[in-house]
Amino acid sequence: MPEYKWPPMEKRRVVGKRISRLDGIAKSSGKAKYPSDLNRPGTLFGVILTSPHAHAKVKSIDLAAAKAMKGVADIRVVAPAGTEIQWAGAEIAYIAAETEPIARDAMRAIKVDYEVMPHLVREDDLAKAGPRAKAAGEQVTGDPDKAFREADVTVEGSYGIPVLTHCCLEGHGQVVEWKGDKIEYFPSTQNVSGIGGDLARSLSVPVNSVNVKMDYMGGGFGAKFPSDIWGRESALMSKTAGGKPVKLFLDRAQELTIAGVRPSAYAKVKVSAKKDGTITGWQSDSWATGGVGGGGMAPIPYVFTSIPNKRMNHTAVSTNTGGARAWRAPNHPQASFITCAALEDLAAKLKMDPTELFDKNLGYTARADVYRKQIAKAKEMIEWSQHWHQRGEKHKISLVAGSSHLRRGLGMGIATWGGAGHASECRVNVHPDGVVEIEIGSQDIGTGTRTAIAMVVAEMLGLSHTEVKVKLGENIYPPSGASGGSTTIGGVSSSSLKAAANALEKLMEAVAGSLGTTADQLEAVDSTIRVKGNPSKQISWKAACQKLGVKSISETGKNDPKNPGGLNTQGVGGIQMADVTVDIETGVVKVNKIIAVQDCGLVVNPKTAESQVYGAMIMSVCGALMEERIMDEMTGRVMNADMEFYKLAGISDIGEMQVHMDISPEHDKRGVIGLGEPCAIGGVAAIANAVANAIGVRVPTLPVTPDKVLAALYGDKLGRQSLA
Amino acid sequence: MQAFEYANPTSVKEAVGMLGATWADAAVLAGGTDLLSLMKDYVMSPKRVVNIKNIKELQGISPAGGGLKIGAAVTMDELVNYASLRTNYPSLHAAAAGIASPQIRNMGTVGGDICQRPRCWYFRQGHGLLAMQGGKSLVTNGENKYHAIFGEGPGKFVSASSLGPALVALGAKIKIASASGEKEVEASKFFLDPKSDSDREIALAPNEIVTAVILPAARNTRNATYEVRHKDALDWPLATASVALTMDGNKVKSAQVVLGHVATTPWNAAEAGKMLAGKSIDADVAAKAADAALASAKPLSQNIYKVHLAKVAVKRALLAAAGIKA
Repeated sequence: MPEYKWPPMEKRRVVGKRISRLDGIAKSSGKAKYPSDLNRPGTLFGVILTSPHAHAKVKSIDLAAAKAMKGVADIRVVAPAGTEIQWAGAEIAYIAAETEPIARDAMRAIKVDYEVMPHLVREDDLAKAGPRAKAAGEQVTGDPDKAFREADVTVEGSYGIPVLTHCCLEGHGQVVEWKGDKIEYFPSTQNVSGIGGDLARSLSVPVNSVNVKMDYMGGGFGAKFPSDIWGRESALMSKTAGGKPVKLFLDRAQELTIAGVRPSAYAKVKVSAKKDGTITGWQSDSWATGGVGGGGMAPIPYVFTSIPNKRMNHTAVSTNTGGARAWRAPNHPQASFITCAALEDLAAKLKMDPTELFDKNLGYTARADVYRKQIAKAKEMIEWSQHWHQRGEKHKISLVAGSSHLRRGLGMGIATWGGAGHASECRVNVHPDGVVEIEIGSQDIGTGTRTAIAMVVAEMLGLSHTEVKVKLGENIYPPSGASGGSTTIGGVSSSSLKAAANALEKLMEAVAGSLGTTADQLEAVDSTIRVKGNPSKQISWKAACQKLGVKSISETGKNDPKNPGGLNTQGVGGIQMADVTVDIETGVVKVNKIIAVQDCGLVVNPKTAESQVYGAMIMSVCGALMEERIMDEMTGRVMNADMEFYKLAGISDIGEMQVHMDISPEHDKRGVIGLGEPCAIGGVAAIANAVANAIGVRVPTLPVTPDKVLAALYGDKLGRQSLA
Repeated sequence: MQAFEYANPTSVKEAVGMLGATWADAAVLAGGTDLLSLMKDYVMSPKRVVNIKNIKELQGISPAGGGLKIGAAVTMDELVNYASLRTNYPSLHAAAAGIASPQIRNMGTVGGDICQRPRCWYFRQGHGLLAMQGGKSLVTNGENKYHAIFGEGPGKFVSASSLGPALVALGAKIKIASASGEKEVEASKFFLDPKSDSDREIALAPNEIVTAVILPAARNTRNATYEVRHKDALDWPLATASVALTMDGNKVKSAQVVLGHVATTPWNAAEAGKMLAGKSIDADVAAKAADAALASAKPLSQNIYKVHLAKVAVKRALLAAAGIKA
């Protein structure tokens, strides 16, 4: 058995290089086909009839008119008479028809009679939640009351982040074809190896009867693991239609209403400290919603978990809104914002530089040394010492040159995440013609997984990354975990490294004789197999493979999360800082610059890794300044289930972004660590804190929109204070 | 959307002959950036869609009577790139250039901009133009952060037209054709405050189309538009102000101050205009005019901030028109 380890940093020729993603051209040219692009012959179009009411009982459903329409293949009611509907947008019936117009006309021809019931759709004002608010118990550590009594300084604040939606560009859905005992399933999913079984279980058919295929997908962010009711119902409609494919993707409004949301997080926080900034106590009363089931507590205090005296109370608020799903770093951005905002407010009260206050308390974190270095690096990148100023000195120092109404400020945010590799199995086939195929039941959700796998195998086989072919996105390949929680890169890089090492050993055994040596004396370099220490004794990759005769090598490798063998690991820290300018007359915030200093162990491809951090920083701009699901208590509906008023940043809104990946022998030796979540956490707090620093007051809830900035500056009445 | 008949006329005469007596009979399609989404959401379900993009008479911008005649089918991109627009009508240029995104500027037309329907989310979700439910306004009692801060009528949506405020301030006229001939309507009278759900927010009958916008000569005027935007990319302004000043040397002879996104129509702030007459513009005068412009505002529960933003827009538009750096 070969030794499984990453080649030393200085010897790597592919891993660690800045390589453009293999599918970049296909994606940008439109050649790449996403599940929602598929139009198989005879496809039926599926749509969903949803409830317009947030809380209601279905009294009766009349399908007669819809069923009588020509071209309607099937109608399936999923909320029969008697069903209690818990949110607007909940599914009532599924319709499949020969064309989209027929399907939509049939949907509108279904008559549903509802008994409308009272609803609650907003949780921002806890006092209005009444019996829908359920206390989740108190957690106490140490003696918080004593800490607050004896504190030199105490700061209190209220902070909140509303519910966000995933807003996937490609909506949830699938094309599915159930013919005989086989189901061909083309979902948009983060879970290629698992979703087939999920669908099979929902249909009570054998797991191996479902073939999953997905080459590309248009965004999931944690919301695309299960096969969902629309998967099951589409499959059943296909069966009814004699195996015709059914294509059903949620429309934009449905995508933003029922395909999962990120829970909100609100908290009243009290923090106590000594004069020198040492934190002595934390108290939080938090509440959240993630739909009817309420919402759990974001992990506060975040990162500074060892604050000695703490009291945390949490209340879950049940609302008549679409349910929560995992959203890139579940609960972490919320916790980071609440914690970092409270600490920034504490620093302001102490007239301390917040980076010094954070530094002073790093002993309460699990990675003090990492954060200390990262804070220093981040400060250097954002020119903290030149541009930062005390909060109270806003009118003097943060004035942007030549303007009376622009204020500039800096802020920081902190992050932590695990990121260990998931269970993954990979097969590497080396064929006699020299072709190398990698088969893995993983998925590339846009992060560059395909490219990373090619790079790892190429590295191990001494080839270029273009000389190997990656086959993923099908559940006929060896199973690999779902892409969630930053687990993919650790899992697939480890399994593919092992599979490649195993395959290479077999190839070396086949060619060793012809080079007059034994397999253990060979190495694979520059598309050759050669004798270690004697490069003149070599054979080209192609010639080596010819020696296999007619039999290909087919070897697998596995990542076992319980024993990753040093190839991957977990536990990272990250620091982000933001530089913003606020127009104090309009309340409009512009991001000048955001920087990220990110630790992620061994970096397989710095280019795609940085790209992932850039994406996370853009999400942070959106989350800090624009995004919120707006619920209307009058109609019980989401008011902005569109891309018009569900606001996201465009290119002109982003500002300059800089990423520093901690790439060094010290980080590298830890092995590969996932990156998707940790970089999507600290940016929100950094931007929100930069705004507070710029304008001298806290905007308590996100997003930091112009109305809230003006209210924070001038009071809710927006009186006639001088603006200069 | 509901199935419809598609008509493709090549002359105005032919086009107006294809329109009907009611809005349900036919809808005019130009850039389609608004109509298609209205149809997909079943807010409008016309039996016939009349495409006017192939009508030559509706194309092009040409000098007319010292001013400009802008064809209704001229795209925003064409308008923005018309050489003398930025020099003579910077207010209109800024309003057109401010429309996000490039795709919409490439497709959207001048006629379409002034005829587009409000973006009010209650209207778009099928609650009608006035968004009343059981005799109560959903807007007044609901989510109204983007709604009107002016107006006594039942409508609380805001006019979505980006060009409207500038056209009203500049004293533009809207040319309208029907089977019985052509007429001109003052831009200030083209935008209407509807009294019922069946009313339209523009002075256009179902059997009429807008053929052109006529801009008067820009001699001795200084004009500017300022838009307050939450974000740059693909967003509507939160409040805008467009000003047109007729100057007598350094002094304002007469002033038009028109606000956008604050009422069911572009809102003529006559008090501000009166106040400015005879004055030279400086920061103090601009701020006082802004206060006058918003003095009669009646914000809803969530949009008092728009009063403030509109003031800032007036102030900055006046200073820009006067050539003073804000």
